[in-house]
Amino acid sequence: MNAAGQRTLLTGNQAVAWAVRLCRPQVIPVYPITPQTPILEQISAFSAAGEMTAEILTPESEHSAIAASIAASLTGARVFTATSSQGLLLMHELLHWAAGVRSAVVMCNVNRTVASPWGFWPDQTDSLAQRDTGWIQWYTESAQESLDAVIMAFRLAEGVNLPVMICHDAFYVSHALETVIVPGQAAVDRFLPAYSPRFNIDPAAARSVGSNVDQTTYRRARKDIGAAMTEAGVMTDAIAAEWSGLTGRDQHGAVEIYRCEDAEQVFVTMGSLCGTVREAVDSLRGQGHRIGLLKVRQFRPFPGDQLRGLLRGRERVMVLDRNYSPGNGGILHQEARAALYGMQGQPAVLGYLAGVGGVNVTPADLVRMAIESGPVGQDDNKFTSVWL
Amino acid sequence: MAKTIEFHDEGLFHSGHAACPGCVEALAIRVIANRIGRNAVAVVPPSCSAVIVGPHPNSALDIPVYHTSLESSAASASGIRRALNASDRRDTEVIVLAGDGGTYDIGFQALSSAVERNEDILYFCFDNEGYMNTGGQKSSSTPWLAATGSTPRGKPSKKKNLVEILAAHGIPYVATATPGHLDDLGRKIDKAMTIDGMRMIIILIPCLDGWGLADDVGVTMARLAVECGIFPLYEVEQGRTYTLNRQSKTLPVGEYLKKQKRYRHLNEAQIGLIQAEVDEDWMRLLEKTGSRR
Repeated sequence: MNAAGQRTLLTGNQAVAWAVRLCRPQVIPVYPITPQTPILEQISAFSAAGEMTAEILTPESEHSAIAASIAASLTGARVFTATSSQGLLLMHELLHWAAGVRSAVVMCNVNRTVASPWGFWPDQTDSLAQRDTGWIQWYTESAQESLDAVIMAFRLAEGVNLPVMICHDAFYVSHALETVIVPGQAAVDRFLPAYSPRFNIDPAAARSVGSNVDQTTYRRARKDIGAAMTEAGVMTDAIAAEWSGLTGRDQHGAVEIYRCEDAEQVFVTMGSLCGTVREAVDSLRGQGHRIGLLKVRQFRPFPGDQLRGLLRGRERVMVLDRNYSPGNGGILHQEARAALYGMQGQPAVLGYLAGVGGVNVTPADLVRMAIESGPVGQDDNKFTSVWL
Repeated sequence: MAKTIEFHDEGLFHSGHAACPGCVEALAIRVIANRIGRNAVAVVPPSCSAVIVGPHPNSALDIPVYHTSLESSAASASGIRRALNASDRRDTEVIVLAGDGGTYDIGFQALSSAVERNEDILYFCFDNEGYMNTGGQKSSSTPWLAATGSTPRGKPSKKKNLVEILAAHGIPYVATATPGHLDDLGRKIDKAMTIDGMRMIIILIPCLDGWGLADDVGVTMARLAVECGIFPLYEVEQGRTYTLNRQSKTLPVGEYLKKQKRYRHLNEAQIGLIQAEVDEDWMRLLEKTGSRR
């Protein structure tokens, strides 16, 4: 198959593999896990066919996969890896490490329920539980968006020296077959030049990485990561604008808004639920409701300023979380509330636990929810999330 | 008559390192660094080696050191190896300087996988038979009946035989060595550098603090360990070809045990049991090397 620069049918995972191929990574350490495995297999097939030249490393665990990824990145290689759920949790220790040593690893995490009990269903708790590790996190809604996100992620990771995690939902995105435009190699090469880090592990410059530091140096390193996160927040939108120009397709940065122009009520969510919300918004608009969607594409760095700007003066914000933090509710709900708290024109913020554990959420469910929530009232500032 | 060892110090391991006074691991690292040369990268997990090479912004080693997590030395070294290969720098040696805890225990899974994949890595395990950097607790390398902070009455189980485990993987080269036999260590490093794929040298490091030894007996204890046969010097190639470097054991094991505080609780009967075990292991090793003689 040669779909470069062509419109073709791909699953979300295949789209990611195509993006990886186009980005020419040099090292790919990866371990199989459902529902990520098709990414690994497609990349391996490209490699076996001579269409990719990356060193593919298949270790005994996700822990070793991320360890090798970090070390390879620090040695100056462009590095990709992929995982899901338990695999991501097994990596947890080294996810902190990846950001701490300022590696530029790009990873695709296929969002899947966390055991126990076992499940294979779309749920974003796995990656949201990594929010404090120092990774930039993007959530995508479709195969096309995942493809474009991987390409943009390498630009961002290598631009700010922080790792980037592309998260797409199990099955709804990972396995659903969709029409995808695969950009040409020349366009990607122009957008993404070869990786040449300022520092790398090289005998020609005998520098140590990651040794013991004093308190002041540790604190400075954390502040540097914070500064890089801030820079990433700015760069994301610039990168999206540039890739829009090269592809002739609209790319979005940290957030995307849909039919929000005069909206009194705005849904806020991430990932595949956005497609469901779009249909619900169209339906509600048809019934005369002034309602829209704000899709959070970038969860870290959290686009709090953009949320404040876009949601100021709205009557009500309804946050949908396909994740659950026991003892506090929906994670996006809590983060959105914190970002909007105390500003002039603060909307009421409601939180719904929608689709936790992968249960299906239909447009009709959301239409009913929006209508039944009625006029803005006292209950609208309840702190806790409500199970849908 | 005293024999002088030929040793060229290229200055790759600096004075001012942070080893305990008298530590023979520093001696081993000095030999390793100077034998390997400057075209190398070191991976160091938390261990005595991490302490010895020193805190930021200093480094006692003149090659780049990547400090990694305790369990991921072999995986991190694999990542560096592959990245170097991808830019056609196969001549750069990737070495690991790890302890026994990071090798026999928590790093074993990653190590086994790297050996299975036959990554081109030269791995040095400084085996001081316990978690000495955390004050002396047992690892799976701690010998039977040795007292540690977590086995105060003596460890009830045997030392894990990592050489045999790696040999069973078919590893291209695995050898034991000590800082009491520097000529032998140097030869093994040179030999390992001529072999492609995964190579492991396990170096016995008598730990002055952890074993309860005087500052000036590190080398002596390493030699006694070999002479009594409890730590034989040998090499295995491709998991099949065994070479015993010291053909006979010449001392009762009690001569070695009685000089260490970690064994001072032993009675003669227990020393006898350890002697019987050493004898049995020695015979088994002779059978393996004998097939070659």
